[in-house]
Amino acid sequence: MSEKEVKNLEVIFEARIERDDKIEPKDWMPEKYRKTHIRQISQHAHSEIVGMLPEGNWITRAPSLRRKAALLAKVQDEGGHGLYLYAAAETLGISREEMYEQLHTGKAKYSSIFNYPAITWADIGAIGWLVDGAAIINQVALCSTSFGPYARAMVRICKEESFHQRQGYEIMLTLCRGTEEQKAMAQDALNRWWWPSLMMFGPRDEDSPHTAQSMKWKLKRKTNDELRQQFIDQTVPQADLLGISVPDPELKFNSETGHYDFGEIDWDEFWQVVKGHGPCNKERMEARVGAWEGGAWVRDAAMAYAEKQEKRKVAKAS
Amino acid sequence: MKKDWPLWEVFVRSKNGLEHRHFGSLHAADAAMALENARDVYTRRNEGVSIWVVESKYITASNPEDNGEMFEPAQSKVYRHPTFYDLPDEVKHM
Repeated sequence: MSEKEVKNLEVIFEARIERDDKIEPKDWMPEKYRKTHIRQISQHAHSEIVGMLPEGNWITRAPSLRRKAALLAKVQDEGGHGLYLYAAAETLGISREEMYEQLHTGKAKYSSIFNYPAITWADIGAIGWLVDGAAIINQVALCSTSFGPYARAMVRICKEESFHQRQGYEIMLTLCRGTEEQKAMAQDALNRWWWPSLMMFGPRDEDSPHTAQSMKWKLKRKTNDELRQQFIDQTVPQADLLGISVPDPELKFNSETGHYDFGEIDWDEFWQVVKGHGPCNKERMEARVGAWEGGAWVRDAAMAYAEKQEKRKVAKAS
Repeated sequence: MKKDWPLWEVFVRSKNGLEHRHFGSLHAADAAMALENARDVYTRRNEGVSIWVVESKYITASNPEDNGEMFEPAQSKVYRHPTFYDLPDEVKHM
């Protein structure tokens, strides 16, 4: 294809996105669109899968059967969400194994929030309330993204995820209505999860080089700062209702703007964790790689069994 | 030599009376495992009463680049639609 023909296709492509046409896997697309989507969708998938680790750790220690069943269902959902997303990325021509390889070698990132530890039961409440709350805000914005398979996966995920946040908030509510000690536990969890949750929306707009292109492709419908503000505005009143306080002395409702003003995020910490120096980066990767390598014989055995059955069927038929 | 599990497409009937609809894809070693995985991945909330799985390599798909030859012939055939025919208002229920 000549350069001029490609240019022409690009113009048609941009126009399709402009009029909210969805792009499907076999449609022509610019290489950069394909690569950016593979990167974003696979990292989203990795986040779901790694996100099972901090919570999975608490399934056997949940304080009641009701809490245990709910947490188990939530973690199972996250596995499912990872699978929807991996399948969406595969439609762009990358294999599942390549994506795992990128995760395991550190070439692909996942959400930094999962590099923080879940130390107490209240953390499970805070994760559902804050981390899933932040994820939902990000994901609702993605339901109308331009790439069809990604948008469809997002719609399904958003439908399933509202229970995650509600179960988290209910845990917080129960603790906050309990003993002094339980309430202190809830406060401590909020203290540790608040700032990392705000970081989930990514760097400030002026430090986010991909934002303009992603907005154009409708891979992003709102900027990082807009989504972060939306999260703060909706979450602070929920903390008030719990009777615990957000660990930000500068947090204050601004009646002129109708939004909360808030203090500076520790961006050094943000970049440290992104670069692999968070509290649990090493542990998370060891768990993932260990599961992949430890499960290799099971995958091989299943494949060998399937091949043997197939051969038997062929032999019987002939 | 290790082989990766093949890709399968999953179709789910939400309830009797409706057709099976494409829900997504997954990897599995064989058809029985694909059905079980499809149950766990795509019907955790009573989304279905029946599942079909088919290995993706057996699907033949049309190519969007050929959409011209493929679908344009239908566009000019407005006489295939009821609104093409002018009838007096007195004719009811037709």
